[in-house]
Amino acid sequence: MPPHDAHRRPAGGRIDRTQPLAFQFEGRELTGYAGDTLAAALLSNGVGLIGRSFKYHRPRGFLAAGVEEPNGLLTLGTEGRRTPNVPATTTELYQGLICARQNGWPSVEFDLMSITGGLLGPLFEAGFYYKTFMGPRRGSWMFYEPFIRRAAGLGAATHLPDPDRYETANAFTDVLIIGSGPAGLAAARAAGRSGCRVTLVEQDFLLGGCFLTAPTDTPEEVLRGSLEAEITSMPNVQIFRRTTAIGIYDGLTAVLVERQDHARPDPTKGEAREILTTLRARAIVHAEGALERPLLFGNNDLPGVMLASAVRTYLNRYALVLGRRVLIATNNDSAWTTAIDLAAAGARVTIADERPMATGSLQTAAQKAGIDIRLATYLVRAHGSRTVQGAELQAADSAKTQSIDCDLIGMSGGWSPTVHLTSHTGLRPVYDSALGALVPGPWPAGVIGAGSVTGRGDPLADGHAAGTTAAGWVGFAANTGEPQHAESVTWVAGWANPAKNRAPDGGRAKVFVDFQNDVTTRDLALAHEEGYESLEHLKRYTTLGMGTDQGKTSNIAAAQLMAALRGIDLQTAGITTYRPPYTPVSVGALAGRHTGAHFRPTRRTPMHDWHLANGATMIEAGPWLRPWFYSWAGNDVGTAYVAEMELVRTGVGISDVSSLGKIEVQGPDAAEFLNRLYTNDFAKLPVGKARYGVMLNDDATVLDDGTTARFSDSTYFLTTTTAQAGEVMSRLEFLLQTAWPNLRVHVLSVTDRWAGMSVAGPKSREALTLAFPGLDFSNQALPHMGVCQHEVAGITVRVARLSFSGELAYEVYVPADRGTAMWETLLERGSSLGMRPYGLEALASLRIEKGHVAGLELDHRNTLDDLGLGKLASQKKAFVGRELRQRQELQAPDRWSLVGLECLDAGAKLRGGSILFAKDEPIKGHGRGYITSVTWSTVLQKTIALALYNGGLRHEGQEIVCAYPLRNEQVRARIVSPVFIDPSGERMRA
Amino acid sequence: MLRIPCPHCGLRDYTEFHYAGDATKLRPAHGTDDVRVWRDYVFLFDNPKGVHLEYWQHVEGCRQWLVLERDTATNTVGRSWLARDCAAKTEAEQSHAAT
Repeated sequence: MPPHDAHRRPAGGRIDRTQPLAFQFEGRELTGYAGDTLAAALLSNGVGLIGRSFKYHRPRGFLAAGVEEPNGLLTLGTEGRRTPNVPATTTELYQGLICARQNGWPSVEFDLMSITGGLLGPLFEAGFYYKTFMGPRRGSWMFYEPFIRRAAGLGAATHLPDPDRYETANAFTDVLIIGSGPAGLAAARAAGRSGCRVTLVEQDFLLGGCFLTAPTDTPEEVLRGSLEAEITSMPNVQIFRRTTAIGIYDGLTAVLVERQDHARPDPTKGEAREILTTLRARAIVHAEGALERPLLFGNNDLPGVMLASAVRTYLNRYALVLGRRVLIATNNDSAWTTAIDLAAAGARVTIADERPMATGSLQTAAQKAGIDIRLATYLVRAHGSRTVQGAELQAADSAKTQSIDCDLIGMSGGWSPTVHLTSHTGLRPVYDSALGALVPGPWPAGVIGAGSVTGRGDPLADGHAAGTTAAGWVGFAANTGEPQHAESVTWVAGWANPAKNRAPDGGRAKVFVDFQNDVTTRDLALAHEEGYESLEHLKRYTTLGMGTDQGKTSNIAAAQLMAALRGIDLQTAGITTYRPPYTPVSVGALAGRHTGAHFRPTRRTPMHDWHLANGATMIEAGPWLRPWFYSWAGNDVGTAYVAEMELVRTGVGISDVSSLGKIEVQGPDAAEFLNRLYTNDFAKLPVGKARYGVMLNDDATVLDDGTTARFSDSTYFLTTTTAQAGEVMSRLEFLLQTAWPNLRVHVLSVTDRWAGMSVAGPKSREALTLAFPGLDFSNQALPHMGVCQHEVAGITVRVARLSFSGELAYEVYVPADRGTAMWETLLERGSSLGMRPYGLEALASLRIEKGHVAGLELDHRNTLDDLGLGKLASQKKAFVGRELRQRQELQAPDRWSLVGLECLDAGAKLRGGSILFAKDEPIKGHGRGYITSVTWSTVLQKTIALALYNGGLRHEGQEIVCAYPLRNEQVRARIVSPVFIDPSGERMRA
Repeated sequence: MLRIPCPHCGLRDYTEFHYAGDATKLRPAHGTDDVRVWRDYVFLFDNPKGVHLEYWQHVEGCRQWLVLERDTATNTVGRSWLARDCAAKTEAEQSHAAT
């Protein structure tokens, strides 16, 4: 189990023993201290078994102390706050934290899945999904998939809504510095002294980076303290702690996520749990440091096997001695500092270094500390049942192995610069064979690096130079002074070639490359054998590097192993691309405040409040809220819209059409402009008349339809569909500004300035006469498609005699702030006629009966002819789209064009989106068309639809099948003319 | 991300703009009745790697159409012009050439 001698030293470390913190671990109450991470607190309480691995359900402990941790993922919180897969190594401990381990059933301690993991292990090799679950029949995968899905993953997410609050912010800075290790602090000091705006971002809650692995009574700590004190005193330096830069984007932009869980934010007080900031910098200094690599040996995943620097961090930062009999296995100098510090803490330490010798001063210090030093020796295998109990070493010049008992192994395979952020904008890292590591590629303008992320030594001078350079780029060249001196600090380098596989013959001991996704060296060999040798293929075939840790401890080893298998060098083998986010991000942080009602803006018409007060049920139409149906007509939409339709066909109704796009077109060349744009004539439209028009895209697909009225020689009022208003406006502006700049025309969007209401039905003329007693609405004064404008009681009123429903109808427009007053006046004065409001459902259904196309038919692929509007194409003038309309493809006889459908199966429903087939045709494939709009016709007393069908009205009279496979429905229908009622238009022209 | 220099409004965030494609193609004059000319204009365009001129409209600002220089490989933004000014120049050149 745990390193049973793990104990918290009585003094030392960067924890505050005067502030104990109580937390819950799987129902047990435990205690840690302020300054602990959850991982440190668990280890101090003897919890070493931290989870079960992904595929094989092997027992796992913490590998690391920071962001690169692959094993130690816990579920934090309960109910709506439950968050799976949280690395305990980067979670700051707070009072009341609740956590539990993952992926063991019935428990991580006694996990039954470990049996199958062991027995069936050989079946779970790389690519087993593709080989195992393929039969016995085609489609068998769909049977297995639910079981696999349930067994996969580590933690389980909650289905409850997230009660917490998240914020997003925008910010600007001159110099952004990522990382507060020695190089980052030095860069911040230099740039800060120059006087420019500096932002320093650190993912940890303490500043210092690798300084924090050193004991607190060393020159390193003095240096760290002095740099921090100087920087925090500068008013122009802004420091973000607990903030991860998750991505770098074009334009020197960084996205930062700041965590506030430690402060127990209260969402009811508006306190945010996470804040996502998009920071636009003028220069970026990368100082993200480097991450340590594991070694490759048998059973390298046992609890108690950790990265050497992590062992040192737990010792010096969290005052935890994690083992009494420690083996340090390494191929570089850096792990020697761990060995020396552990020996000073009283552990018995053996160090096995693959090299024939280490740096002299380190060897001397180790000897003085009584460490058992074995040079030119490597670690072949570890063993133990649920925690490491011993290991086998092998000297380079011997065939025999040396056995050693140990309860903790600290391994170091060298270091990898943390190049992820440097490569997010496409800059590929470069392999440096002298260092044995990938370093950032050549810096683009405005970007520089410092410290171990670049592979260079002397972080203080490097950081100072980078900070000064960056300050110079943003115009603050002077005053940065000299770099900080620190003669008493020795920087121990850890560069080394990527580790070899020390157990190549495999045996029964697995050698893990990716701990999180359980990928072993055998999986890599298999992938290579099967031809998946490029790193992109290897990654996807084995899932290496695809876990939440994004391969931070596995990518370079995998690249090296595959290169060796292929017999090529690492630069040729390549690397996979690093993409944001650097660490996982909550969806909440990405959404910020844009959730629920704030997901997008809501647009309301001027009469919105009246609708709500008078029994309307509203519906979303794009961003608009429009009345769907009214309670006077019924309690549910199905009953109500029928009653509303009846009213319009037999009496008079009023509907709110304010959301339609409205554009004023003005100027001496306005007529010419509209004439070029619409397919039908507009140049000769008389003043006082409106005309229905269609405008095409350049490729002759229909852009939009609408009615345009002429109020004077040079003023037109153009309407668009609700959905296309923005696009049409941009189109008009595009043509005027880029194609026809010499036309003297201004266009202005006036959608929000006018309230619009449709008064429709056989009694609508009477209704308007009652509402406006002084005005003449006779057929002579205002004929079909006529428009007029009047001042009534000081208000401008525009009336257009237009019909969407096919009945006698008028559209009344007044300035928006008078909309409700006009609406109420019309209703009040029309009450003797039985006038009532009708909603969107009825509005849509009425126009379907009349065969008017609307948004559902205008699918951006249709042409005029597809919609039965070919006669609107003028033969006498040029219009936009005219030439390409004549393309062969658009004239093909089998194009899907507009038809009407009558349902033949009594009681059956036709559904929008149904796929159409000829009678007796097999129901498969794409069919011959689809239903666009459906309604119950009160006039015909049957279900009708508009549809697009192969060959269109050439098949009038034929019976077809409407298939809706999602509900396994097939309904018979007959093709008829899309104009279901009043084809001659008598009712409109009354 | 990108910040785009609008000649009227100054340097503004890309979210205020709407991207609208290649600005190097010359739109055929209205009334050109050769379908091949329109076909080439609508359907054919180069896709260069490097500096490119393209249309953006400042939809949440002055609503002017701009011609913007942008490097498609590095996403670096360069100069901008009002499309109206470029178009007027082109039309003048075209009619001058025609006379």
